[in-house]
Amino acid sequence: MIEAVGLTKRYGRTVAVDNLSFTVKPGRVTGFLGPNGAGKSTTMRMILGLDRPDAGQVRIDGKTYHQLDRPLRTVGALLDAKWVHPNRSARAHLRWLARSNGLPNRRVGEVLELVGLTSVADRRAGGFSLGMSQRLGIAAALLGDPQILLFDEPVNGLDPEGIHWIRQLMKRLAAEGRTVFVSSHLLSEMAQTAQDLVVVGRGRLIAQCTTAEFVDTASETSVRVRSPQLDRLREVLLRKGYALHVEPGVDGNALVVTGSVTSEQVGEIAAEQDVVLHELSVRRGSLEEAFMRLTGDSVEYRTDGQGPAGPAAAGSEDLMVAGGVNR
Amino acid sequence: MTLLAVERIKLFSTRSPWWCMLAALAVTCGFTALITGTSGDDYPVSVQTTQFASNFGLMVILVMAALAVTTEYRFGTIRATFQAVPNRTAVLLAKTGVVALLAGVVGEVVAFASWGIGKVMRPSADLALNSAADWRHVAGVGLVFAVGAVLAVAVGTLVRHTAGAVTLLLVWALLVETLLSALPTVGEKIQPWLPFNAASNFMLMGGTPPPGASVVSQPYGPWGALAYFTGVAAAGLVITIVVANRRDA
Repeated sequence: MIEAVGLTKRYGRTVAVDNLSFTVKPGRVTGFLGPNGAGKSTTMRMILGLDRPDAGQVRIDGKTYHQLDRPLRTVGALLDAKWVHPNRSARAHLRWLARSNGLPNRRVGEVLELVGLTSVADRRAGGFSLGMSQRLGIAAALLGDPQILLFDEPVNGLDPEGIHWIRQLMKRLAAEGRTVFVSSHLLSEMAQTAQDLVVVGRGRLIAQCTTAEFVDTASETSVRVRSPQLDRLREVLLRKGYALHVEPGVDGNALVVTGSVTSEQVGEIAAEQDVVLHELSVRRGSLEEAFMRLTGDSVEYRTDGQGPAGPAAAGSEDLMVAGGVNR
Repeated sequence: MTLLAVERIKLFSTRSPWWCMLAALAVTCGFTALITGTSGDDYPVSVQTTQFASNFGLMVILVMAALAVTTEYRFGTIRATFQAVPNRTAVLLAKTGVVALLAGVVGEVVAFASWGIGKVMRPSADLALNSAADWRHVAGVGLVFAVGAVLAVAVGTLVRHTAGAVTLLLVWALLVETLLSALPTVGEKIQPWLPFNAASNFMLMGGTPPPGASVVSQPYGPWGALAYFTGVAAAGLVITIVVANRRDA
């Protein structure tokens, strides 16, 4: 169990983490979701006692990190796979970590076996690929057989096989009753693994809920209508205060009604006005679109001339992935 | 004890300390051989002259000690360290202890190897270790190396960058202290209070003054000089520990 209360971290005039409170429960994978620069890594460093919060605190099973005796036995973390001396072998890296927390040398061999690095254990870690480094980082996190695990963007830069392996590992760790807290900037990735979400933007909490709830509330629905009497329907809907826009299409212009609206409402209004409908359909926005809209105001690094909700060129790949996830 | 073992594993599982130790030995012994080889009747070999080159070794040891901590910052392993052991004071004390001990051992090896070279190359010279001063000239090298390593670890932890820390240490020890000592009128007064000058005063004071060296009268005895050098290093270490505990890893 991780409990953060009012966590705040400033770097000069920039507020990296702003009065952030959340709880991470055992037995589940909790996703820590937010755009780049939202303060996820800073928060994770504060959980581990590496960075000092300007206000607030984090407790791990009721204790601060500094109060933990031999902390690797309680909390394992992979924050950056490159935090290894390049001239040190993977085995030596794990050996000093094990020694520092009174763990038997046998554990080193066990975790190397677990992540599949046994055959390269005596090679210098500087020659490792990103995937191998990531596995070494996970071996280090699992060294003390901890009940709480933190992973910062663990799938970044991995090949599909590595991604699959990490997803399965996280699910397995949670199924064993451990607390698994994993950060990502991709909602589609989190939708694959996380049951709970802590969503942040610009260091502030946007939502803490289950992934299912977040997906339901976040993915905005809109209603698309086609009608030969489109102008009339448009006037009526506008008068009733609905947000809408006209969408030209191959089958003529259509109206797209957005906001909290159901197809029932639009259908009933049309019936009242004796408007003939050729189409009445509900459309769900993609997860990534929804996520971008929710965190849109809080994206720190944004290119000019590109609205927060605009499907960014770089994000198109994510959108396609999200489409597959989105029912 | 655990932390000392951890720091020992960390230090010896990379290559740079080995290279530095070899370099310290090679550089010092090489220069000693040169000095002894070029000595003659005008400049007879003494116990002190066999130790002239120890300063070269000291510079290499400063680099090794600074690297022991700056590489941790460079590669982020300092975060892994503080994550495994949140007590930063204990971590830094253990690291300083291990590095200083190693530096001390290297210092003794270097000193007695240099003395041995003198004895082998000039068997007729009076190189017997008869007085307490003779022993200090030789065995004192290890103490100076150990204290220098403490200072270098402190500077390395404060600066965090290899290039910065090494430059600062070497420029200070080799240039700044020499220039300050050479200042007219005040130089002589400042000289004893420059840490590395105090260190070499400790090693060289008493006995026959080396040729060409101007031994000014010092406000302290040899052990006072070492105590001063140690005090400077200890102060640096305290500052470093306070800073490291306050700042983000």
